[in-house]
Amino acid sequence: MKIGIVRFPGSNCDQDCHRAVDEGVGAEAAYLWHKSHDLEGCQAILLPGGFSYGDHLRAGAIARFSPIMREVIAFARDGGPVLGICNGFQVLCEAGLLPGALVRNDSLRFRSHPVRVRVEQTDTPFTSEYEEGDVLRMPIAHGEGQYVADQSVIDALESERRVIFRYVDELGQRTEEANPNGSVRNIAGICDEGRRVVGLMPHPERVVSKLLGTDGLGVFHSLIGSLQATGDGTTTQTTRAGDGPAAQAAEAPATHAPGVAEASAP
Amino acid sequence: MSGSATRAPVIEITPELVADHGLSPDEYEQILEILGREPTFPELGVFSAMWSEHCGYKNSRPHLETLPTEGPLVVQGPGENAGVIDAGDGWGVAFKIESHNHPSAVEPYQGAATGSGGILRDVFTMGARPIAILDSLHFGSLDSPRSRYLLDGVVRGVGDYGNCVGVPTVGGEAIFDPSYERNPIINVMCIGILRLDDLMRGKAEGVGNAVMAVGARTGRDGIHGATFASVELDEGSDSRPQVQVGDPFTEKLLLEASLELIGRDLLVGIQDMGAAGLTSSGTEMAARSGSGIDIDVALVPVREQGMTPYEILLSESQERMLLVAKPGCESSVADVLSKWDLEAAVVGRVTDDGFFRVRDGGEVVVEIPVQPLVNECPTYTREGVEDPEVRRLRELDIAEYSAPISDQEAADALLTLLDSPSLASCRWIYEQYDTTVGTNTVVGPGSDAAVLRLADSGRGIAASLDCNGRYVYLEPRRGAKIAMAEAARNVACSGARPVAITNCLNFGNPLKPGTYYHFAEAVAGLGEGCRALSTPVTGGNVSFYNETPDGAVYPTPVIGMIGLLEHLDRVVPSCFRTPGSTVVLVGETGDELGASEYLAACHGVVGGAPPQIDLEEARRLVDFLVEAAERRLVLSAHDCAEGGLAVALAECSLGGPDGPLAVEAELRTDVPAAAALYGESQSRVVLSCDPETVEEIVALAAERGLPVAVIGSVGPPDGRFRLAAAGVQIDLELDRIHDVYRSALPRRMEKQAGLTT
Repeated sequence: MKIGIVRFPGSNCDQDCHRAVDEGVGAEAAYLWHKSHDLEGCQAILLPGGFSYGDHLRAGAIARFSPIMREVIAFARDGGPVLGICNGFQVLCEAGLLPGALVRNDSLRFRSHPVRVRVEQTDTPFTSEYEEGDVLRMPIAHGEGQYVADQSVIDALESERRVIFRYVDELGQRTEEANPNGSVRNIAGICDEGRRVVGLMPHPERVVSKLLGTDGLGVFHSLIGSLQATGDGTTTQTTRAGDGPAAQAAEAPATHAPGVAEASAP
Repeated sequence: MSGSATRAPVIEITPELVADHGLSPDEYEQILEILGREPTFPELGVFSAMWSEHCGYKNSRPHLETLPTEGPLVVQGPGENAGVIDAGDGWGVAFKIESHNHPSAVEPYQGAATGSGGILRDVFTMGARPIAILDSLHFGSLDSPRSRYLLDGVVRGVGDYGNCVGVPTVGGEAIFDPSYERNPIINVMCIGILRLDDLMRGKAEGVGNAVMAVGARTGRDGIHGATFASVELDEGSDSRPQVQVGDPFTEKLLLEASLELIGRDLLVGIQDMGAAGLTSSGTEMAARSGSGIDIDVALVPVREQGMTPYEILLSESQERMLLVAKPGCESSVADVLSKWDLEAAVVGRVTDDGFFRVRDGGEVVVEIPVQPLVNECPTYTREGVEDPEVRRLRELDIAEYSAPISDQEAADALLTLLDSPSLASCRWIYEQYDTTVGTNTVVGPGSDAAVLRLADSGRGIAASLDCNGRYVYLEPRRGAKIAMAEAARNVACSGARPVAITNCLNFGNPLKPGTYYHFAEAVAGLGEGCRALSTPVTGGNVSFYNETPDGAVYPTPVIGMIGLLEHLDRVVPSCFRTPGSTVVLVGETGDELGASEYLAACHGVVGGAPPQIDLEEARRLVDFLVEAAERRLVLSAHDCAEGGLAVALAECSLGGPDGPLAVEAELRTDVPAAAALYGESQSRVVLSCDPETVEEIVALAAERGLPVAVIGSVGPPDGRFRLAAAGVQIDLELDRIHDVYRSALPRRMEKQAGLTT
């Protein structure tokens, strides 16, 4: 099982993602160079945080045109699991794999501090090891993290249960104060129609050790579990819109990974 | 493709031109002697830059040479791009501090950003991966729109640069005082880690080896920045052309490319083209190796046409490196740079004739012997005289402020101090910095010291930046010793043993006897501190001329202290964590209100002598803290500094990750209440511990000859802050002091939306 981590020029969470896969959950991690067209047989792709191409034009706007992204987009369209974290989420939106956009924080300032996010859905390859309603503590660090989309898109995301993470307070309540950037409906992370492509602004890869917190481990354990469940890595076949429920059933969480239970707030 | 330098008209070297280059008639005589002829115009520029205060340390070197620079852990001392210490198991820690005061005064965003860029390059050219930045910021009062504008711009500048490069900003200090009104102090420290096998230096060895310019192209920005940094800012200073513009994206690429070049063993040496650009990097690399260097400016990739040799030599365009490739490695070097979408050009060769020779195509335009240029910059030892006004302030009778105070006055004073921007929560600042990228930040901003993971060694690196300029102003030697002791104490509070420092000496015009006195005395104090604490200096920076027509800034020698923590899992937090734990005060509380924040913030008085400092006791306190952490005796440890015991206790109560905890404490003392609560007696630490370990702590302190008192206990999350001393009782709601403490900065910065220049 091999997880690919794309390195764009300006990626700066690539090593943290590598460590989360490698030391965090003991899977093989491989860097994929932005100029390459080869996914090197990876069974899942992570787009790490950072400032790809210096955020020139807009965060993620140039990265979507890089050679590797053509392959990532094809991989995602075939139902391959893809996770975009922070700048990776921005790239996924720019590439059209996820709807909506991430714009300047409502404070107009870069914001970096721990937040709490609630796991809203567990039928994705990146959340299957959590329980719905789990409250996770992980850091954010972004200047453009305010999630926005047309009302119709937001309605669709809600009705199709595609909001995966939401900013909440320590009691798990969605409040205005808990929303660090003005994201509509406190949205911190979403998935695509096929539920295989997930993007989120907070950094689960920064909290995968006893020393720094373990709330992010579940994301990586989920991925490993889901790849094992779908036949040791061969990607699932294309899921059409509307296939969601079937896909969910196939990926019902098996067991909780160690570390996840203690990580989750009541 | 490289541009070609434009042949400049021959410029006559007049006395006025020499003076404009900041060179005295005597210095010019010395140049004539070295060359045996008149310099060319580019040569005059080269001497001017290398013999500026910034590069040549002409007024500081005699004093800096008195500082201890050696120790068992020092792998690389001063004179390189950064200092390096041995952290065990083959790991090294590279670190250095740099000032960017003048650029930030003129253009705060770019000034601060390029300051971060420069210090990052100093660290990664040593072969180290930067893992943290700390910043020491001193501004004028936030009541002034100018100071708010500067703070806003500097914070964005430091943040945007570090955030983009992916190096977390993990700590530092922010001080506000009218003395910094028009000349802020912006010091940035960078810490990197490396395998000592990969240690790289700025050398130019091996005759015939290729000298390569890599990274960004050379433009006309920042020409003579080093000279600019060496003069006072005058009325209406608008020197924007001398401020460089940073590009953190290029820096990130350059960082990765440089580490790849070093990791693949392709280089002989590498150095940042920082202050004085190609000139300082080329000549310093040659000087270290006793070699010469031969460069053709026509081969240097330029950003714009028509640049003269003078401009190419002295440009301070950012994100450029000069390197010397190993024989036969030129094309591999170029391949690595190209992989990272960066340019590389062979611009010259290493020679063995000891000359810095610059050609413009065929014509030689500079030919200067390297050794006298780099190592024989004239130095000056001047006579320092204490300014009578400083003595008057120090000797000011402050006895009246020790008069009894009421409970109400004591409580009001606490609220005033917690609302003072220098003491209040810095959260507004550090929430604009990525503090956790790289997953090395074990303890981030808001604590006495930042603590970082040393790769997977199980050990940690602690770091702290400190300086109280008011102390140094009133009594420089003592103030500098206090800065040293406080930096060491901060690091030791985390459980780490302080091992070495880098320093950034920010002073006014050294030609003024009062300033020179401050400088000489402060450096003497630093030396005493270094020796007493066994923390040698591994490098640093001197920034003079921090003054405007309104006068000089407070003398501000910022200490960047590095400590090593043997067991990362025994790291000690600063703030209270556990309701029911016992609060202990280590150290003696005297009747010492002099130079305090209390006098300044509550009475508008700057005066009195700074508190006493006994370095031997400071060292025993460090030993005590390290041992207490090692034996897991304490739950938290926090330095008692500006604002005294009352503020230290409040910080312990308010700063925890899960919100404030109540405190109930009483200090039994004969000292008058104001001094007991707000005096800044040194070598004191507030600890919390399990009630069952109190006896052990008391015994350990006694063993070390340190006074110790059990003063109270930590309460539940919702409750009150109660502190009694000398018959006075402060009794305030936690929520109230918490609001004051955390809103002091945002209240001033966000509501005053009209940020103006």
